[in-house]
Amino acid sequence: MSASATRNRDQDRFRLAAELTHVSKTFGANHALRDVSVEIPAGQSRALVGRNGAGKSTLVAVLTGLIAPDAGRVRLADAPAPALADRWAWRQRVACVYQRSTVVPTLTVAENLFLNAQPVAAGSWIRWAAMRERAEAVLREWGLEIDVGLDAGRLSVEQRQIVEIARALIQGSRFIILDEPTAELEGREVTRLFDRMQRLRQGGVTFLYISHHLEEIYEVCDSVTVLRDGAVVTSAPLTEMPKDRVVAAMVGGDVRLGARGAGAARPGTESLRVEALSVGPVAGLSFAVAAGECVGLAGLAGSGTEQVADVIAGLRRPAGGGITVGGRALPAGGVAAAQRAGVGYVPRDRRMHGIVPLLSVAENMTLTIADRLGPGGIVLPAERDRHARRMIRDLQLVAASTEQPVGELSGGNQQKAVMGRALAADPRLLLLVHPTQGVDIAAKEALFAIIARAQVAGTGVLVVSDDLDELRICDRVLVIFKGRLAASFAAGWQDRDLVAAIEGVAAHG
Amino acid sequence: MADAAQDVQGGARTEGLRARGARLALHELTLLPAIALTIIAGAFISNAFLTADNFFNILQQSSELAVLVIAESLILIGGKFDLSLESVVGLAPMFSAWLVVRDTSIGGSGIGLNPGLAIALMFVVGALVGAANGFLVVRLRLNAFIVTLAMLILLRGVTLGITNGKTLFELPNAFLYLGSAKWLGVPVSIWIAGVLYLLFGLFLRYHRIGRALYAIGGNPEAARVAGIRVERVTWGVYIVGGMLAALAGLMLTGRIASVVSSQGQNMIFYVFAAAVIGGISLNGGRGRLLGALTGVLLLGILQNVLTLAQIPAFWIDAAYGAIILIALILARASGGPAQEA
Repeated sequence: MSASATRNRDQDRFRLAAELTHVSKTFGANHALRDVSVEIPAGQSRALVGRNGAGKSTLVAVLTGLIAPDAGRVRLADAPAPALADRWAWRQRVACVYQRSTVVPTLTVAENLFLNAQPVAAGSWIRWAAMRERAEAVLREWGLEIDVGLDAGRLSVEQRQIVEIARALIQGSRFIILDEPTAELEGREVTRLFDRMQRLRQGGVTFLYISHHLEEIYEVCDSVTVLRDGAVVTSAPLTEMPKDRVVAAMVGGDVRLGARGAGAARPGTESLRVEALSVGPVAGLSFAVAAGECVGLAGLAGSGTEQVADVIAGLRRPAGGGITVGGRALPAGGVAAAQRAGVGYVPRDRRMHGIVPLLSVAENMTLTIADRLGPGGIVLPAERDRHARRMIRDLQLVAASTEQPVGELSGGNQQKAVMGRALAADPRLLLLVHPTQGVDIAAKEALFAIIARAQVAGTGVLVVSDDLDELRICDRVLVIFKGRLAASFAAGWQDRDLVAAIEGVAAHG
Repeated sequence: MADAAQDVQGGARTEGLRARGARLALHELTLLPAIALTIIAGAFISNAFLTADNFFNILQQSSELAVLVIAESLILIGGKFDLSLESVVGLAPMFSAWLVVRDTSIGGSGIGLNPGLAIALMFVVGALVGAANGFLVVRLRLNAFIVTLAMLILLRGVTLGITNGKTLFELPNAFLYLGSAKWLGVPVSIWIAGVLYLLFGLFLRYHRIGRALYAIGGNPEAARVAGIRVERVTWGVYIVGGMLAALAGLMLTGRIASVVSSQGQNMIFYVFAAAVIGGISLNGGRGRLLGALTGVLLLGILQNVLTLAQIPAFWIDAAYGAIILIALILARASGGPAQEA
């Protein structure tokens, strides 16, 4: 087919999809990039990893022409990069699919694909029929399946990514940067994304893949570039870079693994008991968490695990069954009642539910204990700051001051603030939903250490997640499949057994 | 894999049908039942209602509101706000009329400017006010609501100050033409409103800049990344809005053959009511002029019916407001978009 011939020509046309030579960029006193040199050969899939603040975002901004480097050279497709103001030229060479959506929710898929590049007749009048046909043709050519008449606001995260990738292809870009594309996808969607990437690569598309999930990069990338403190630590084929070497390169050999609260469980003292709970797809679920124990509740999105968490947190009424916290029945009456009963809750999406970005660190961390900060509902600032300072110290949270708006903190520190707030009221049960989503590996370890300390202090922990790292800190993992308790694993399980159970596939061997 | 792909596609297809259905399902025409109901009620209330004269009367009285609603719709679709439009309806004609009227004893300037030139100046005033709003909102990044509210208060005061609160009349014919002349037996102001709806409707639907406006209102960051000049388009829309408001002012002046210092006062409330019950989103990026037009017509017919029903003048506003609320609830219940702003 002529279409594929065109693609092969595209592929042959250049050797390097992108090339940075001695690129540096500073923001004030902060060296965001130091003398960075990277070559990405056409048709390759390159992983870009590094801790939060290592310079990944700046590198992407330089590569996509959003900021100019202070020094160094940027080349795309074997040619010097276009002038910064020439957005159109940049978009024909490179595209980035950000975590933040860049689709317009009020327009259709077809319009989003041709945003500001619609097929037009004389005088810039849009040819709607031609636009729809071309959108369908391009999607078909690349094997991407999506209805072009859909309102983009109704798309799932997966579909939105397809739209953004297709838009890049339509504009002629054959170099696509994916920034944490799997952060909000579930298992099956991730597999489909990887299949799609594979197909596009066969068509000559080059990828730069950014992810905190190191397992993923071994599935879809051939090589990896590791950034630390704005400098390239190493660029190498992944065959030469096993996971521990990548981690070591990222953190500079300064990672304390294995701070776990295993063995802190106090059988006999009960932290949480769930009795014949029915909610959403979940029917008749029963389990218990002992004081000091950490239990994982794993399942796909839609399996019902998040509804269980909602019930325990007081966000949702169950259809049936009962819950006791610390031996007392969880009173109906919402989040406040659940808090009083001893549930410390860390919600899934910290930006949506966890923090109030404009309020200070101190205010955010003491929201749950505002009633203890002074008489008669008055919040004494000194008292609040005292509590906040203690928590900041305990959690090793990095903030300029207790007065800094929490929205200015890095993701890992925001999550620490949310965790600190959950712990502030000395809960009997710590309920964590995807507690380390979107934070870097060192922050992850720090959060795990905080959880372990809470366990030692006698707090029961329930981790609702399907992230293997998060489940690994648990003493037990309960797997929910389609609303039913499908399996239970003691610590020390094999990844594939657990994943098989989560996905509802019988494990072999 | 094939399975998986089909999965996505399957889901997408059913959703697509629904979305398309919703679009065809007269999304823009959810007000038609309400309009029909009002017309039926009007027919029962008064014999004078269902006559060609009354019909033209309603359309003509709605024409200025209709033009203002176009202006506000453009700005709302682009994700902004303009409360000051109604003050331009007063200021632009007042300023021009003041320049034209010779007799200083009735509040004129004594300059006696050429009426054609004065009318041209009217549009310049509208454009300048729009440009000033655009500067404050786009360049200084001030909140559009508060900027245009302040502008509204300021310009109302200027309108009052120009003539010390006097009403200007004995205006030249050029000022009265749009409000009094007829083409093919139909008042000119109706022609103007109709043609503008057609032109701007097509522009919003079929022109790149029109679509860019929806993109800006829907997701300004995405629009910027796509190379749309967000600031320039937003600024432009404020200027066009100001000029449309000046036109509405000229039409109103022509119809009542004078300029009152309170001309256009409180119109902005009806502008928003018409746009919003017509499906223009206060959050930007959503809505069509056809829908906004049905909103204008509903309000126009309603006003007429309330007057014919001989509701005591002091109670007309209350009845009007209550019925607008009911219309909003009906529009929402029949599947219109949620208004959250």
